[in-house]
Formats: sequence, C-alpha cells, structure tokens
Amino acid sequence: MAQDVAIIGIGLHPFGRHDTLTGRAQGAIALRAALKDAGIGWESVGIAYGGSHDAGNADALCNDLGLTGLPFINVANGCATGGSALASAVAAIRSGSAEFAVAVGFDKHPRGAFNPHPRDWGLPDWYGETGLMLTTQFFALKTRRYMHEHGITEDALVRVAQRAFRNGALNPQAWRRREMSYAEIAESMPVNLPLRQYMFCNPAEGGAALVLCPAEVAKRYHPKPIIVKAAIVRTRHHGSFEVFSPALAAQQAPAPTVTASRAAFEQAGVGPRDIDVLQLQDTDSGSEIIHMAENGFCEHGEQERLLRDGETEIGGRLPINTDGGCLANGEPIGASGLRQVIEICTQLRQEAGARQVPGIPRLGYTHVYGAPGVSGVTILQR
Amino acid sequence: MPHPVLASPDLIRFEGDTPHLVGSRCDECGEVYFPATDSCTRCTATRMSPHDVGHRGTLWSWTIQGFLPKAPYNSGETPETFRPYGVGYVEMESGIKVESRLTVADEALLQIGMPLELTLIPYRTTGEGDESEVFTFAFRPSASA
Repeated sequence: MAQDVAIIGIGLHPFGRHDTLTGRAQGAIALRAALKDAGIGWESVGIAYGGSHDAGNADALCNDLGLTGLPFINVANGCATGGSALASAVAAIRSGSAEFAVAVGFDKHPRGAFNPHPRDWGLPDWYGETGLMLTTQFFALKTRRYMHEHGITEDALVRVAQRAFRNGALNPQAWRRREMSYAEIAESMPVNLPLRQYMFCNPAEGGAALVLCPAEVAKRYHPKPIIVKAAIVRTRHHGSFEVFSPALAAQQAPAPTVTASRAAFEQAGVGPRDIDVLQLQDTDSGSEIIHMAENGFCEHGEQERLLRDGETEIGGRLPINTDGGCLANGEPIGASGLRQVIEICTQLRQEAGARQVPGIPRLGYTHVYGAPGVSGVTILQR
Repeated sequence: MPHPVLASPDLIRFEGDTPHLVGSRCDECGEVYFPATDSCTRCTATRMSPHDVGHRGTLWSWTIQGFLPKAPYNSGETPETFRPYGVGYVEMESGIKVESRLTVADEALLQIGMPLELTLIPYRTTGEGDESEVFTFAFRPSASA
C-alpha cells in the first residue's frame, strides 16, 4: 500500500471579476495563502503542477513566487485541469519524489460563453462555423435526453439553481451572493432550452492552490490535515455522450464520470453512503442532476424527489455544493476543480461558518467534468 | 437543377435532388461514423470505407440556440439580426445520432421521436459582393421516419 497523502494548505483568491488583477496575480495570491496555511515557504516545495486555460502558462507563477529550480508541470485538461493537477501532485508524493507538492490553478476568461476552435479539438472547421460547437448546446442536449429517459422535469432544474444561489449567499467568498426566487430562475432568458440563464454558470476569474505532503508528517504543519483517500482522473470511452461530438455512437457507454467515481470509491474503500459533504460539477443545473446519479449518489430519476425534499441542502443527508458551486462562483477553468477541493477541506476542518454542514463530517467528495470528456474525482477524509 | 454551394461538400452526397449524409464505416467491426474518420475509436482499426448514413431519422434530443455564437460561427448575423435556431441529435437507421441544425426553432413543434428528413438550408452568404448563399445540412419534420 502506497503511503497516504495529506492536504496541509489551502488558498483561494475569490472567483468573480477582478478588473485590476491578471489571472496569474490571482493564482499567486492563492498560492501564497496556501503556503502560509501550511506554514512552509515556496523554497521547500519539491514539485508543482498547475494550469490555466486563458491566462498563460502556470509555470510563470515562479516569476512571482521565486525561481527555485523546482520541476513545475503545466497541466491543460479543460475543466478537469484542477483535478488533473491534484491527481498528479498526489502521485508525486506517493512515489516519494517530493516531500511537499503544490497543485495550483488560475484563470481569467473573456465575458460570455466559451468559443472553442474546432481544430484545437481535432474537429473540422464546419462544425464551429455552422453553429454546432457550443458547450451550452451540449449541456442542453444531454439534459433534454436525460429528462426524457428518467422522468425529470423543469422543477428539478430550477431547484438546483435556487439552492446554489442560496448557498452562495452564505459564502462570503462567492461571486453570486443573492438568493433568487423560483420564478426568477424559471422565467429567466432561454439560453439553450431546457436550460435558462440562471441555470448556467459563467466563465469567471480566480485562483486556487493546495499544498500536500505525506500524511505521516502532516500534523507537524497543520493541526487538521485532510487525507486524500483517492484522486482519480478518467477519460471517455467509445460510445459515451460527450461535449463536442458531431455524432454519437449507436450503442451508448457510461460517462467517464462513472468510471472515475467507481475507481475512486474502490481506491478509498468506501461507498457513496459514507460521504458527508460533496461537490459535483454544476456548469449548469442539468449537469449536476446527471452527475448525482453518475457518481453513485442516487438512482437515475431519483434526483427530483431528493431536491424537492431538501436532501441536497446544507442540513440534508446529501449536502451538494455548499459554497454555491460553479453556479454561484463562476468557472475559471484552471482553478475550478481546486475550488471544490478547498471547500471540502474547509467543511471537514469545520471552518465553513454560516454554510457549515451540521455534525462532524468525516468524508468528502469532489467531482469535476471537462471537455472533451475528462472526469476527476477525489475522496477526502478528516 | 444545380446543387447549392455547401459549407462542407464532403458531408453530402446527392441521389437525384435528395441529399444524403456521408460518413464512414469500420471494415473490421462495422461501427458507423459521421463525419467520415480515418480510424475506429471502438476497435482501433484503421481500415474505413465511405458509408451512406442516409437522409431520414428521428429526433433523439434537441435544444434551441438562444444567443448568437461567437466566432468561429460565421453566419454574418449581429446580435440584433440573430434568429434562434434549433439543434438536435437525429437517430439514423444504423443507430448513429447525428448532431444537426433543425429547420424548426419552436419548442411547441419539437418532440423527441418525431420523424425528420435531411434538407439543406442557407446559413450565410459568400460575402464576395454577390448575394450567393452558402448551405449547410439540417433536418426538417417529415411525414414518416
């Protein structure tokens, strides 16, 4: 059995819009905060993994933090960049190649929807030129089909968004901190039906960083280390329904989320019922609903009842996205997956203030999904 | 009748005036692809042959594109002139689901399972002074699947 790895430092530059700061500056602020939390200096870090989609090479952070000569690996894995950076940092510690590792991400996106270029994704130009290559379309098409197959109604889509903004209002670091009424969400502008304006997260800015070390020495650096029981990344199989697909195979296969989730539970030796607080990728209401079942937290079609009964609220049996998730925080691609991990660490440390889940949470879970079909899952333990 | 100018000529084959989608089929396992590919992601083979994906199908999922996409979308519309358009996955005879524009953008008229047929729609002009239109493939409601 490889040695356990612990998170001993977390640092966040709040997500949102920060006109006077570059993306990299926000990453540097987050990284300095994480190092301070861990009580170590940058010169002690033996290896770093970092990513940014639109704000330059993450390695450029060394120009801010110090040119210590450490190996710094730039990670580019779409929305799963943060999850991939963390999985790599965990592997580095487990292999014994470093005593302290850093996973860091930051970003700064232009306003409005992402506009990917087909060739970057191995796709023909006409796919983008004729208006078929939009992430929002994919989320809508997958959601519509899922609702049809599993009897989910628009009510569930509204409730996910409502809970996200309700939790965001309790989180001083969230971007969207105003609760919204059911009607305000249900009647908001159609973006890609069945998904409307307030059911989508927005591209944003921000930074997030983690410091990790072997679990056996973690208490020297932080009184409440968080053990990484699993950190798994999986890509799509032939036949799964993924973003940027000009066609789907005749026979469907499970999403990479399903395979990543199963592998993570197996590695951690626990099951979905053991999880006390969780983060699921909520680029939009529909995706969160699908991800509830794909990660094993309920049966397909059961989501509507769980949402209506308040089971996914902070005080419920299955508290999802207690910090407001992507919907209330926005999505700076490079940092987003690490924001999820930071929120779970904060909850497991019982330092989440007004949004703290009740009781003594022991196990947390994070899930991130990104183009063109990558999922990252972590299971964390106090 | 001369065939229209297409944004993507390789995707379409005409039987008389009826357009058909052209994809590829794996020589080893028979998996069908659209657009045509050089290799099979199902069985990893690299021998593929052209394949007629057909011109009729049923609606498998749909949405309505409610905002003007950024580049590389090149319809020439502005936020003021933009008109929402339908997008769907259409299940073809072989079971493959092809992503396509739909001629219908009215949620009251779209239903999963409805029969559709392939057509060509103008989505931009060549922009070279004349008003010559460029066409792309789309599916429209049909009487039968």
